[in-house]
This record gives sequence, C-alpha cells and structure tokens, in this order.
Amino acid sequence: MSAASNKIARRPFIADLLARRGRALIVCGLGSPTWDCFAAGDSPDYLYSWGGMGLAVPTALGIALAQPGRRTVCITGDGELLMGIGALGVVADQAPANLGILVLDNESFGETGRQRGLTSGRTDIAAVAQGFGIARTMTVMEQGAVSDLATFLFETPGPALAVAKIAITDDPWALPEKDGAAIAHRFREALGLQNA
Amino acid sequence: MSIAAADWSSDVFRVLQARTITTVCTVPDGGLTRLLKLVEAEPLMRLVTLSIEQEGIGIATGCWLAGSRALIAMQSSGVGNCINALGLPTALRAPCLMLVTMRGQWGEFNPWQVPMGQATPPALEAVGVKCFPVDKAEEVGETFAAAADMAFNSRVSAAVLVGQRVIGAKGFGQK
Repeated sequence: MSAASNKIARRPFIADLLARRGRALIVCGLGSPTWDCFAAGDSPDYLYSWGGMGLAVPTALGIALAQPGRRTVCITGDGELLMGIGALGVVADQAPANLGILVLDNESFGETGRQRGLTSGRTDIAAVAQGFGIARTMTVMEQGAVSDLATFLFETPGPALAVAKIAITDDPWALPEKDGAAIAHRFREALGLQNA
Repeated sequence: MSIAAADWSSDVFRVLQARTITTVCTVPDGGLTRLLKLVEAEPLMRLVTLSIEQEGIGIATGCWLAGSRALIAMQSSGVGNCINALGLPTALRAPCLMLVTMRGQWGEFNPWQVPMGQATPPALEAVGVKCFPVDKAEEVGETFAAAADMAFNSRVSAAVLVGQRVIGAKGFGQK
C-alpha cells in the first residue's frame, strides 16, 4: 500500500458521499464511521452505533429486508466487518437489492491505538465478499472516486460492497447521541413507525 | 419425530403468525426441524439462514428498527455466540425474541454439549435476557406467546428454552 498521504481522507470523503445519499438510510459501524457520519451533518436517517462490534451489516440487513422500498447503506470499518464476516454470506443469500455496504479500510484498529489490522497484510475484503457471493464489489483508492462510489452504493442494484482504502488521520472528536433508546426512537419516528 | 414434538412446533408457528413475526433467523438444530419447515413453506414468512447466531441479534434488531418483527431460533450452544451481541437490543431498548432448543441437559449423550447447555440460563440472565424454560411439549406454545408478548410489548430480550426432555435426547444408537 502506498504512503498514507496518498490515501483518502475520511472526513471530507464521507461528507461528500453523504451529500449524495438521497433518502438512503445509513447504518454506521461503531467508532470512527459513526463519528464521520455525525461530523458530516446529523440526520434521523442515521443509525449511530457505540458498540456491538460485528453487527453493523446484520443490522443493516434487517433494516433493508424490512424496508424494501428504501435504500439502506452500511458504512463500517475493516475490523468491525471482519468480526462478523460471515454476515456477508447471509447478505449474499438474502440478496436484498436495496442494500449497499461501504467498508472504510484503514488497515488498523483505529479506536484502540492504531494496531495493525488483518487487511494490512494479505486479506482483501472485496475478494472475500466475492467469495461469499456478493457479485458487485468495488475498491476505491482516491478521493475523486466519490461520485462513482455514490452511484454504486445508492443507485445500482444491490447487494453491493465497496472498500475504500483510507488514510489514518487525526480528526476532531465528533460524538453523536449515545443513548441507544433515543437513537432508535428517532430513527423509527423518521420512518413513520409507532414508538408506543 | 414424536407427535408431541410435532405439536409444539405447530403451536409456536401459530404464535408467529398471530403476532406477525414474519422473519425467522436461524442456525438450525434438530429440534427446530419441523418449525423451520413450516416457516420455509409459508410465503408470508422469511427464513434467514445464518453463519453464526449473533448475526440474528443484529438482523432482528434491524427488522424492529424498520417496522417488522423477527425471531432468532437456535440450539443452546449458539447462545454462547450471542452474548456480546445481546447488548445491542438492550442499548437500543429494542425487543429481542429467542427460541432455544436445549442440549447438554436431559440425558445428554455428548459431553461437549454439557458446558454451554448448563451455562445457557445463567449466561442469558447475566446479560439481562428473561428466560422462559419449558419442559412440557403442551406448554411450549403458551410460553412462547407469553415471551413474545413480553419482548415486543415491554421491549426486552426474552428467550424460550425448550428443554431436552421435550426434544428427546440424541442417542447415536446408544442404549
């Protein structure tokens, strides 16, 4: 992998991407993907996460299956995805056309001290996804790919998985609501669901 | 398959239908065979085959967040794979309904099943899941209905533990 300076800067990249999401629901993986989405501008369409590592894709799959008319995109990290990697097989099996997955791959465990992650070595998440049967995959390496990535994630029939190789950066803290009941209540309310 | 075993599966299936629990996530177990066949044959229901049980906790939570209801059905050994994941519905104040067929319990033949089977109720209780053990086939349906109502109306995690006495101990031809 090339020097970090050539890689994608996550915050402006995610802000640019989310500006193109339309009405898509966004399921944020725990840690930095959640901070990135909140930093780009809060929305009730965002389901933030502060825990449950490995469950971002399953949660997004449940939402996509329950709301087939609504695009759902999971934005998560490489370590978070790998902890529940078998979920890609479930996604392939259920094959929801309205589900997109974006893996922000910085090849490290960013929240815990930037220890090296498995994708810094021989593991290629897009190839793994292909092996599970997710036929539509994409790997982006440059900031300028955001337009193509947005079309891929928000418009082309899913399930679709993209890997964005991102830089390790020092970003200011951007911490959203952490009361899960409040997050869930707001998300459901925006979908017009009864919270009683 | 005994008549009694067939009956409790049908009872659970009717509870699912009556409460519009339309998604069933599972890593299969022998004791779940009939229920899973009923679900698979029902066009208004969706069977989601998992690679590990914890995925079902995420999928069921996502279903509820987006306006539908799901069940996670598994063998007791799968409960151990769900413990950290069970923090998700609790944190979100989301319902979580589990149906667990027990091993390592009544007349178990396989020693590898005993540790997790014996640990299933205390492990679930330790992460805040309300357990509904049931050891009579004729009581599974009403117990499952009570657990489902508690889960979805009070928005808590509830697990119905169908005893190995109901399922029948697997003997691998042993006397």
